[in-house]
Amino acid sequence: MPNSNNNRRKFFATTLQSVGLTALGGLLWSGYSDEVKASPLVLRPPGALQEEDFLKACIKCGLCAEACVNRDSNKNRDGSNREGTLKMAKGGDHKMIGTPFFVPTEVPCYMCDDVPCVPVCPSGALDMPSLLNEKKELDINKSRMGLAVVHKESCIAFWGIQCDACYRACPLLDEAISLEYQKNERTGKHAFLLPIVHSDICTGCGLCEQACVTEKPAIFVLPIENSTGRAGSHYVKGWDKKDQERVADAKEIKTKNERSEKEAADYLNMEVEY
Amino acid sequence: MRNIKYLLLRRMTQFILLFLYFGANAYGWHMLEGTFGASRLFGVVPLADPYTAVQVLASGFILGADVLLGALIITVFYMVVGGRAFCSWVCPINMVTDLANWLRRRLKLDKEEVNYRFLKRRTRYWIMVLGIVVSAVVGVAAFEVLSPITIMQRGIVFGFGAGVSVIIAIFLFDLFGVKNGWCGHLCPLGAAYALIGSKSLIRVEHNHENCTNCMDCKVVCPENQVLHMINKKSISVTDAECTNCGRCVDVCNDDALGFSIRKFTK
Repeated sequence: MPNSNNNRRKFFATTLQSVGLTALGGLLWSGYSDEVKASPLVLRPPGALQEEDFLKACIKCGLCAEACVNRDSNKNRDGSNREGTLKMAKGGDHKMIGTPFFVPTEVPCYMCDDVPCVPVCPSGALDMPSLLNEKKELDINKSRMGLAVVHKESCIAFWGIQCDACYRACPLLDEAISLEYQKNERTGKHAFLLPIVHSDICTGCGLCEQACVTEKPAIFVLPIENSTGRAGSHYVKGWDKKDQERVADAKEIKTKNERSEKEAADYLNMEVEY
Repeated sequence: MRNIKYLLLRRMTQFILLFLYFGANAYGWHMLEGTFGASRLFGVVPLADPYTAVQVLASGFILGADVLLGALIITVFYMVVGGRAFCSWVCPINMVTDLANWLRRRLKLDKEEVNYRFLKRRTRYWIMVLGIVVSAVVGVAAFEVLSPITIMQRGIVFGFGAGVSVIIAIFLFDLFGVKNGWCGHLCPLGAAYALIGSKSLIRVEHNHENCTNCMDCKVVCPENQVLHMINKKSISVTDAECTNCGRCVDVCNDDALGFSIRKFTK
């Protein structure tokens, strides 16, 4: 029956083409979706999950941004709203569309005590438990939106000019940023007051970046992933009891041969008699 | 005067909902906050888009209870009132594509629907499934990175930016490209709501006795394949793709179409 044969051939051709086009569409779509994920230099609201998980979890509803701009502490004298910290990424922002972010030089995070942006998140992209202290209260100081970094070549305090704008703007005064005094050898009679950021305290709110007096801020907040290094687990702090426990089971391997006889004395770490 | 009762009601519903969403951001209202992805009604009741929720789950993230409950509420609601009632009564893109469609008719661009080989009305179901697969592969809710629906809604609530180009693209596609191209062929969200509402209670019913076969209903209907019974049988429009927009009811001068409760007994 030539007719049915023809039909069958047609059916297979159509099926093949449909599968092919679906695969093409899927590849293009996947490629696009994967590309728009790649915008690492973005600061997220307090309590946000790690970027990879955050992009999965954020349902792009904007409840955090609405809570931010409409909080009671964000009013002008006439009762109108100021601009909020959190913005929703739109086309042209070059960030994952519809996700909340903030730009410290425009509006930094003012670290509200009641953290209005986090409890409203319905999806869990802003992780409330990560901000709870021992008393199970929301504690904005536990947030890690980013980490401030000082570029010492453009920071005028490193030139010897007296400036402590970032130090004074910091909501965790003298904790997240401390001033280190150093003698100014150039003049011989002045001191450097150098801002030092402590990464275990800094929340990345960006108030320092906004306060910085230089043309382009010499202190700026980067996402933690972009402003930190990692020594690697093979380094063990022998002087740190807890860290040392990681290698409690390790055994010392000592190689002895002829050359070991002429080995230099390790007088710094061992008690050696001369 | 032409009857535009349902058209007016729909536009009013769309505008009021969008205005409430807008006010939640601009004035701090608590009536309807958030966006379609997830919202809060009266500051308490969680609402969420089921298709978005499925994509997020597919991407490998266990969603918060608020979104799951919200998606359940929305699903149950549209199971009753007709899934695609979302498309014609809520979705802001509907206004764009309706305008494109109206202009098509005005500019006489409106010919018989061309039968594209790989752009059929069922293509949207494939896209819907593909969206879930891509979400799982890439690890991000795939339709949400390009959905013109939420881009437009967020545009209205938070500001458009370059996102407005997506809306213009949809408009041009529907006007000069494919008739009912976006809502009727491509949109995976519409497909999802069609599935959700496939057994819904509220339906358009045809009265064959009154029909004069003027075919006005088929001209205005954005999914006119669902009106296959016109002047043939007195039955309800049971196809899931009917958006319950009521345009056919509006244009019918012979009282041959009207909303009714679906009869499950034949």
